[in-house]
Amino acid sequence: MAVQSSLKNMVICLFSTCFICSALLAGVYALTKKPIDETNAKILKDSVSAVLPEGGELSEAAPITVGGQPSEYYVSTKNGEPVAYAIKSTTVGFGGPLTIMVGITADGTVYNTSVLSHAETPGLGAKCNTDEKFMAQWKGFNPAEKILAVKKDNGDVDAITASTITSRAYTLAVKNAVEAMKTL
Amino acid sequence: MSKFKLITKGLVKDNPTFVLLLGMCPTLATTTSAINGLSMGLATLFVLVLSNMAISLIAPVVPDKVHIPVYIVVIATFVTLLQFLMQAFVPSVYASLGLFIPLIVVNCIVLGRAEAFANKNSIVDSAFDGIGVGLGFTLSLTVIGIVREILGSGSIFGWKFLAGDGMLAFVMAPGAFLVLGYLMVLFNKFVAKK
Amino acid sequence: MEILLIIVSAIFVNNIVLAQFLGICPFLGVSNKLSTATGMSAAVCFVITLATLVTYLINKYLLLTLGLEFLQTIAFILVIAALVQMVEIVLKKVSPSLYQALGIFLPLITTNCAVLGVAINVVTKEFTFGQPAHMLGLGEAVLYAFATSLGYGLAMVLFSGLREHLALNNVPKAFRGVPIALITAGILAMAFMGFSGIA
Repeated sequence: MAVQSSLKNMVICLFSTCFICSALLAGVYALTKKPIDETNAKILKDSVSAVLPEGGELSEAAPITVGGQPSEYYVSTKNGEPVAYAIKSTTVGFGGPLTIMVGITADGTVYNTSVLSHAETPGLGAKCNTDEKFMAQWKGFNPAEKILAVKKDNGDVDAITASTITSRAYTLAVKNAVEAMKTL
Repeated sequence: MSKFKLITKGLVKDNPTFVLLLGMCPTLATTTSAINGLSMGLATLFVLVLSNMAISLIAPVVPDKVHIPVYIVVIATFVTLLQFLMQAFVPSVYASLGLFIPLIVVNCIVLGRAEAFANKNSIVDSAFDGIGVGLGFTLSLTVIGIVREILGSGSIFGWKFLAGDGMLAFVMAPGAFLVLGYLMVLFNKFVAKK
Repeated sequence: MEILLIIVSAIFVNNIVLAQFLGICPFLGVSNKLSTATGMSAAVCFVITLATLVTYLINKYLLLTLGLEFLQTIAFILVIAALVQMVEIVLKKVSPSLYQALGIFLPLITTNCAVLGVAINVVTKEFTFGQPAHMLGLGEAVLYAFATSLGYGLAMVLFSGLREHLALNNVPKAFRGVPIALITAGILAMAFMGFSGIA
């Protein structure tokens, strides 16, 4: 059973436990940092390429102001000509920040969108990430012909059932990205 | 106690969720779907086995008065380790369990097993105890997850067998309490023999 | 306006127990009687606010400046455990009457995941509160922690009131104890869902 406690062995024991554990974690941290960074970079890259037409040359991230907030964007070029932009756009959803990646082709049409992170209600607003009908409508959405607002607000966006606030936030994020793209 | 008994006792007789009522926070919060419940259970199992083994190893040299802080540091180390591994290799699972991974530190099951079993048993027995209790926890979380997913989303392990939405309340907070409550009633009625 | 939003959101909309599932163990464990529930809530309120203040500063000025963010979980849980011990010692000396009231709950709080949960949340998550998404400043963080703990107290007191009434009723055998408490909590959580969308 456990040894008798004295001030000396208590201090030594606590100190050495903390030291060994910190050292162990520092080691594992150093080992896993690279895979973690690679994984995160891959997630970002996948979301960028998911919203852009295939076969373009992808640029590095560049800063841009979206909806009054600092954000970043990527350019896809073919034969030196920019063909599409992927713009990261954050708005306030129902449960917290909603961050999406919006792909816009050079003529101003939305190519596709994807969700980077959200805090929406599971089963309701969280469907912005899974609802096929909601997600599909962004493909080829032309802001010049259609109005970027949900149908409740006299626009042309089909909202997710029972999740108007999330749908509004998503639509606003797309709208901010479209506006931001005009400044490029 | 035989090794076999160590592993099986956590499944029904000493089930951490339904009998001992331990680790309620992750049980309620992460069981929105079967797969989430299963992942949370396995994450806890991982920490439980490693911390049980480490603590059974160091217990003889730890002075009595500081044993709790020392155990907590050991547990926190394994939890952080798990966090790094999950971030690197299963980022989507990590994202959906979120805060409840670091909170394994304060899951009473882990510290409870350290205090009740690991500090006075051999490293091998402690490992088996960790596996047994961890499996029991995983089983309960998966069952709750399955029930909530069927009722709330009309699917099971992501495979949708019902068109439409299901009863959304079961995916949200109230459903967690209700499903666990009623499962406990069924458990009391049919499984626990007093 | 933002202050009001933080308070309403933390107490009602994202109630820590009924919507975020933190601190369930004491929520079920010590809610049999109204008086103990009130004592526990007061102790939790005190510790959550203090712990968030201290861990926020430690995270910002120690862990992040030294590049030691990988020690976050360990550092936070140690700080909370030490803090709880200190509060206990100080209370014993300074205010024996308050110590009498809160004393027995203090050791339980170290392993209350609400404390660690809130401390980790305020330094890792972005919040909105009617503004663009941002990391919380120190003032906001402490206010959020305090409001959250008030929400904890509210849930605790409401729930223990319900349980005191339940205890007087003839509940079927299989439902007795925790199962009926969980079902009651589910109905309470449903009532709290009515607040969602306000903030």
